[in-house]
Amino acid sequence: MIAFENVSFAYEKNRPVIKDLAFQIEDGESVGLIGANGAGKSTVMKLLLGLLPAQGHILVDDLQVTKENLAQIRRKLGFVLQNSDNQMFMPTVYEDMMFAPLNYMMMREEAEARVDAVLERLGLTELKHRHNHKLSGGEKRMAAIATILAMEPEVILMDEPTSALDPFNRRVVINIIREMDQTKIITSHDLDMILDTCGRVILLSEGRIAADGPADRILRDRDLLEANHMELPLSLSGRS
Amino acid sequence: MNKVEKALSELGAMDELAAQDSPIHRLSAAAKLLNTIAYIIIVMSFDKYQLSGLIPMLLWPVLLFQLSGIRVGTCFYKLRIVLPLVMAVGLFNPIFDRHILLHVGKLAVSGGVISMLTLMLKGVLCLMASFLLVATTPFDCICAALRKMHVPKTLVTLLLLTYRYVGVMTEEVAVMTDAYHLRAPGQKGIHVSAWGSFLGQLLLRSMDRAQELYSSMLLRGYHQHFHYAPEKPFKAADAAYLILSIALFLALRFVDLSQLLGRMIVR
Repeated sequence: MIAFENVSFAYEKNRPVIKDLAFQIEDGESVGLIGANGAGKSTVMKLLLGLLPAQGHILVDDLQVTKENLAQIRRKLGFVLQNSDNQMFMPTVYEDMMFAPLNYMMMREEAEARVDAVLERLGLTELKHRHNHKLSGGEKRMAAIATILAMEPEVILMDEPTSALDPFNRRVVINIIREMDQTKIITSHDLDMILDTCGRVILLSEGRIAADGPADRILRDRDLLEANHMELPLSLSGRS
Repeated sequence: MNKVEKALSELGAMDELAAQDSPIHRLSAAAKLLNTIAYIIIVMSFDKYQLSGLIPMLLWPVLLFQLSGIRVGTCFYKLRIVLPLVMAVGLFNPIFDRHILLHVGKLAVSGGVISMLTLMLKGVLCLMASFLLVATTPFDCICAALRKMHVPKTLVTLLLLTYRYVGVMTEEVAVMTDAYHLRAPGQKGIHVSAWGSFLGQLLLRSMDRAQELYSSMLLRGYHQHFHYAPEKPFKAADAAYLILSIALFLALRFVDLSQLLGRMIVR
C-alpha cells in the first residue's frame, strides 16, 4: 500500500508545487495520475521514489520514504521514465535488463533466466542483444518497460508511457500495461490510454487533488476536465 | 544523409565490426587489451631516429587485419579525421634538426626528416592498434577487461556511458543545429554570436540528462558498482596469443629486421 499524508513540496521557497497532498493506493490498483502541465504529476512520482525530499509522510508498505529506507523502498518500485534513452544506459538491451537483478545480488544465471522470461512474455526476444542506440522509439520504450519488469517490482510507475509512439506501438504498450498484475501508477496526458489501463484516476491541479475516483466517472466529466485544462478522451467525446 | 546521421551510422558500423566472428574476435578482451597496450608501449619506446627498426612493427597490424577479416581501407577511412593530426606531429622537426644523418644516393637526409617520419609512423601504428582493438572487441567487453585490470571504476563507467551517449548527444546537437538553420536561412554554420547560448543549452541539456540517468541508475539498485557483460574466460589460446605476440614485439624491438634484411640483400 502507498500512502501520502499531508505531503508538500516546493522547488523554490514559498512557491509550493505540491500542497498537503493526501491519498492512498491499495495493492493491485491501477491509478492514473492526470492533470495539466505543471500540475505536479511528475513531482509526485519523484517524491514517492525519494528523488525529492518531501514535507509530510510518504509510506510504501508502512515504510516511510526516508534516506534510511530508500534502498528497501526502491526495490519495491519500478519507474519507467518518459525518455527511454535516459533509462537505457547500458550498451545492449540484455545488459540493461541485467543491471537491476545483478545490483540486487541475484546470480547471473538466475538473472539471465528472468531476463529471458520477461523478453519472451513481451515478445521482445529478438531485441535481447541489440544495441540500445540502434533501437527505434517504440522498441526503446518496450525495452525500457522490460528492464523494469526484470526487477520484478511490486509497484510500477510510468511517466507518459505512450508519448511519441505511433498508434501500433501505443497499442502494444497499452496491452503490456493491461497484462501487468502489479500495482500501477501512470502519469499521462493520453486519457484514452488511462481509460484503457486504469481503474482509478487522481486529477491534480496546482499541486492539489481536484478529483479522485473511478476512471470511468472522472474521465466522463467534461466540465471537471475542462476546468482543469483537459478534454474528454477521444473515445468518449463522440469524435472518434 | 546529413553529417550527423553519417556519424551515427559510422558508430553503428563499429559495433557491427566488433560483432563479427574471426579468430581475433574470439579472443578474450583482456588478452587483446594487454596486447594493444604492450604494442603501443613498445612502438613508443623506439628512438626518434630508429625509423628502420620501427617499420617491421607494421607486420603486426597487417597480420591482425588478415586474421580478423577487417579491411585496411576501413581503418584508414574511420581514422581519416585523426590521421592528419597525427601526421602533423613532428612537422617542424626538419627545421630544428638539420644535421645530416644519412645519404640516399646524392640526397642528404637530415635527422629532422627521419625523426618526423618516425613520429608519424609511431602515431599511425598506435592508431591502427587501437582501431583493431575496438573493431574486434565489443566496447562493454573492453570496459569489463579494464575493470579486471583494476582501472578505476569511475573512469571505466565514464567511458561506458560516454560510448552509450555519444550518439544521443550527437542527435541532440543535430536537432539544435536544424532548429538554428530553420531560423537562420542562408547562414553557413552557426554564427559566432550564437555559440555561447548554443553550447550553454547543450551543457544544460546534458546536465538534465545526466541527472535523470543517474536517478534511473539509483532506482535500479546502483551502488557504485557496475556489472559489466560477462567476459570471455581467459583460455590457453589467449595466453599463447599474448605471450607470443609480446615476444614478437620484443624481438622486433631489439633486432632491427630492416637492417638485417638490408645487409643480407647487399651481401
